[in-house]
Amino acid sequence: MSMKKLTAGLLATTMLVGTAASAQDVTLTIESWRNDDLILWQDVIIPAFEAENPGIQVEFTPSAPAEYNAVLNSKLDAGSAGDLITCRPFDASLALYEAGQLTDLSDLEAMSNFSSVAQSAWQTDDGSATFCMPMASVIHGFIYNADAFAELGLEEPTTVDEFFAVLDAIEEDGTYIPMAMGTADQWEAATMGYNNIGPNYWRGEEGRLALIAGEQALTDPEWVGPLEQLARWGDYLGRGFEAQTYPDSQNLFTLGRAAIYPAGSWEITGFNAQADFAMGAFAPPVPNAGDECFISDHTDIAIGLNAASPNAEAARTFLSWVGSAEFASIYANALPGFFPLSNAEVTLEDPLAQEMISWRSECESSIRSTYQILSRGTPNLENDTWNASTQVIRGAETPADAAARLQEGLASWYEPQQ
Amino acid sequence: MRQSRIKWHIVVFLAPAVLVYTAIMIVPLFNTLRLSLFTEVDQERVYVGLENFRTLFGDQRWSDSFWNALGNNFWFFFIHMLVQNPIGILLAAILSNPRLRFSAIYRTAIFVPTILSFVIVGFAWKLILSPIWGIAPGMMDAVGLGDFFQPWLGLEETSLTTLALISVWQFVGIPMMLIYAALLSIPDEILEAGECDGLTGFSAFWKIKLPLILPSIGIISILTFVGNFNAFDLIYAAQGALAGPNYSTDILGTFMYRTFFGFQLQLGDPHMGSAIASAMFGIILIGVCFYLFAIQSRMRRYQF
Repeated sequence: MSMKKLTAGLLATTMLVGTAASAQDVTLTIESWRNDDLILWQDVIIPAFEAENPGIQVEFTPSAPAEYNAVLNSKLDAGSAGDLITCRPFDASLALYEAGQLTDLSDLEAMSNFSSVAQSAWQTDDGSATFCMPMASVIHGFIYNADAFAELGLEEPTTVDEFFAVLDAIEEDGTYIPMAMGTADQWEAATMGYNNIGPNYWRGEEGRLALIAGEQALTDPEWVGPLEQLARWGDYLGRGFEAQTYPDSQNLFTLGRAAIYPAGSWEITGFNAQADFAMGAFAPPVPNAGDECFISDHTDIAIGLNAASPNAEAARTFLSWVGSAEFASIYANALPGFFPLSNAEVTLEDPLAQEMISWRSECESSIRSTYQILSRGTPNLENDTWNASTQVIRGAETPADAAARLQEGLASWYEPQQ
Repeated sequence: MRQSRIKWHIVVFLAPAVLVYTAIMIVPLFNTLRLSLFTEVDQERVYVGLENFRTLFGDQRWSDSFWNALGNNFWFFFIHMLVQNPIGILLAAILSNPRLRFSAIYRTAIFVPTILSFVIVGFAWKLILSPIWGIAPGMMDAVGLGDFFQPWLGLEETSLTTLALISVWQFVGIPMMLIYAALLSIPDEILEAGECDGLTGFSAFWKIKLPLILPSIGIISILTFVGNFNAFDLIYAAQGALAGPNYSTDILGTFMYRTFFGFQLQLGDPHMGSAIASAMFGIILIGVCFYLFAIQSRMRRYQF
């Protein structure tokens, strides 16, 4: 009896699978490092796509951010990678394209929804081929505990002097650690420190492109300036910041123990969930009152097509949808802090995210200085910048020495700087 | 009838182990050595002979990183030898005392960390020593030593030593067990004979037991040497692939990982990575040979 039931059940499921498969069922797998977004993809983005495109199923299979590049490369070499590849900006993805592992997507119509700056992170150097559909950028600035600021009677600083005056006032009061950042994981010092405050010194794209062209050097005052400011940060980071990790800093801030957090906009979702106080954000303070302001509005994430994918047709459908205004709106509102790169008008409901995206109209946007071309050689400028920023904050190296070391490393392999 | 010369049963019994070992150890090892003689030019693998090694030892940037990692590795090993062996011997000596009660419980408790994953050990110690939430600052405060607390894992001068001590904490169970077993195998007759000659307590330990457990200490040392020079996991779990602060905890394993698989914007270079792996292999080979030919062959053995 039970055996019969089992057989019947098995038969029934087989038939079900059979019918579903007959409707040209394709499953697309997405490789990604955004394991934080797993729920969002499963509950919001993928259902929205599947509702419009019956017959195409999508699976989101992220790996840990720190291991993503290594894992992805091994999977691609072994031929076991998913159909859709989430693209890191610049060289990591360019290398995949040059190795024939990503497909040229320039012919997709949806690509025209993106500006050339937005596409630049996923283009060949001559701009002839774009191989990933841009998804989002992240903006740097400072998020602060608005309740603490109100309690201490502080205003959002706009210049560097005001910024340090605010830090001094918080330090003086003693209730809060002035700023939550550690140097144990190193990358925050470069990403949320150096590349956050830097564009105001090197005038955004102007300085970044001059550095790539070899017209400026890392030892010029506009490039040493941010290191000099970082050297002053060390006094405000709280006891034992040398061993403080990235999650430690996040927790210090969301638990209300620190007043200011040098941030990337990707923190917004987590902070909204964790912090039970009002938050505000201010753009990186400018060196002198009245200076033009620049922000790091970094092209961070895109998605491309695995050249070895057997489901290229369905994958292209998905990528076109990623380029649409609909996706931009879903993504930006589901993930406040990841700002759409598309030209489509998107309104953000989250006030903190709206505040940060509003800087785009007040300040000039730029991307992180070390990402395009300059981190191609050995020693790697990005990794060196992590180390130099950390050393400067810890007071183990002077800004001038650190800058000289960075310049020497870059010049050792990058011809325009020699 | 002449019997077949080949003893087939030996071949049959050896085959599984030999095949498995060859497939998962020997082939990859030689492949790594082979890979270190190539490099990649325009997506093509090109044979370059010893060029990668010339870069590794000749190019200032590469060689600085390499010697820094090697130096750190020796310090890591030195701390192990300095701390792990005496503590292992001490614990074993205490445990082998027949008057000690609950010795099985102590033995298990000390051995347990050995079976924990590196990731757990690294994470747990990071939390214990955390200047923000750790229990170490609180405990030191409680006994009036609060001012001596430092963020040890974040300081260049102390981070490597701290990690070495964490590693010792994790693995001290192994020398303890091996020495404990060696101590138990010493026949009572010898000790009693010594007693008749007036050797008791400490002098019995120094003059009789210690010489008899020296071969065990030799084995432990060489195991520690191989383990330390292959180490990677603990540093990676506690300090990340950049082995901060300022590469002060960078050992050959993390240096190899960073080079082979790449890190952040740095793309992986399997060929230079293999060159470093080959250098590691060479260093371990020299160390093991030195032990086998210079130390073990001279060690006196005792038959009971």
